[in-house]
Amino acid sequence: MNPKEWAEKIVNGDIRAASRLMRDIDDRMPWVSDVLKELYPHTGRAYIIGVTGSPGVGKSTLVDCLIEDFRKKDQDVGVVVIDPTSPFTGGAILGDRIRMQRHSTDSGVFIRSLATRGSMGGLSRSTSDILRVMDAMGKDVILLETVGVGQDEVDVVNTAHTSMIVLIPGLGDDIQAIKAGILEIGDIFVINKCEREGAERMEREIMMMLELGARRKDGWEPKIVKTEAIKRKGIKDLMEAIEEHRAFREDPEHKRRFLRKALRIELLSNLKDQVSGRIMEALGDEEGLDTVVDEIIDGKVDLYSKSEEILKRVLC
Amino acid sequence: MAGKRKIRILVAKPGLDGHDRGAKIIARGFRDAGFEVIYTGLHQSPEQIVEAAIQEDVDVIGLSSLAGAHNHLFREVLRLLKERGAEDIPVFGGGIIPDEDIPKLKADGIREIFTPGTKVEDVVKWVEENIHPRG
Repeated sequence: MNPKEWAEKIVNGDIRAASRLMRDIDDRMPWVSDVLKELYPHTGRAYIIGVTGSPGVGKSTLVDCLIEDFRKKDQDVGVVVIDPTSPFTGGAILGDRIRMQRHSTDSGVFIRSLATRGSMGGLSRSTSDILRVMDAMGKDVILLETVGVGQDEVDVVNTAHTSMIVLIPGLGDDIQAIKAGILEIGDIFVINKCEREGAERMEREIMMMLELGARRKDGWEPKIVKTEAIKRKGIKDLMEAIEEHRAFREDPEHKRRFLRKALRIELLSNLKDQVSGRIMEALGDEEGLDTVVDEIIDGKVDLYSKSEEILKRVLC
Repeated sequence: MAGKRKIRILVAKPGLDGHDRGAKIIARGFRDAGFEVIYTGLHQSPEQIVEAAIQEDVDVIGLSSLAGAHNHLFREVLRLLKERGAEDIPVFGGGIIPDEDIPKLKADGIREIFTPGTKVEDVVKWVEENIHPRG
């Protein structure tokens, strides 16, 4: 299949063609960039909503609720859910689908599970490209659930148009754990499992932290929403908060600022990937790399001279 | 940028019985073997399983059944795969499946059946030897 035909199939709603391209993106097959080039003109329409937070706070259940509500509004929904790859075996159990499987047979919903495959930051390296494929498939809204994050896995903020941080009351030293990093990136803070003791206190603490913190450059004042996703409570408020932020972002200046930052990051990471790919090729992949490393161990050459030499070889 | 394929496998539990211990153990075994395992949980309909397999672009589907409805459910998964033009995705099964059902299921297209007492390593080995990530 040539890239043009492949892209046409995806735009025309061929699910299998789309999911296969996603696989090839994830497996870093060299031909995907040609298909992505063809798809590019069909992208830029989907609204991407990021959902992040520690493991066990209910991200997947919230996503399940949001799918339902967006479907009621007759929106086509894409979902990307990310789970960690085991650093020891390279394997992964991707189990977020469990909470949303009831939408599996709805043709207006496409769910894809991804493993981090060694990438830090809460997303997989393939995430941006896979979001773009869903965008080209005609998804109106894409929900992006990150791995359960700790403190500084904040990549989602440069990928999603609206980022929500999910918290639950009584998780250790509440706010302490999210002080820096992820607290600064939330457009919406969701206090899930809000029936639990400490929800009010947590709300006050977040509010205080937001008031004490520096004002955001874009002028948005983050919203705090309390939910009990398992009982579908508070979802309407959450949807309203999302809509409010979305309306705020419609401002062309805000849009451009977001895009500039997002594309800078993506362009640089794309270039880095290509350059490191070429370096590996020039070295003769893993085996060649080992040979060079052995030369350094045996003192035949120093690390710095070798780096320069290799770089020269690749760039000239 | 030479890519590397990784085996993606869907582990699903069709039907009504609520025993997913076996499926979970197998899922962990696959993970430890370096596969990406999409685990969809209990009480899955054949439709849900097939849609998930397509959306996730898996290389193989593993079905677990302990409640005796395997004959119907496994065949239904095969039929739906065909209907969706995805019959190239191989399917294997495991669980409490009477010996006399096994040849019939295999004849219908279930690639392999693992009965209670099978070691996790043996299932992993079978996948490694028989399933090749898409070229």
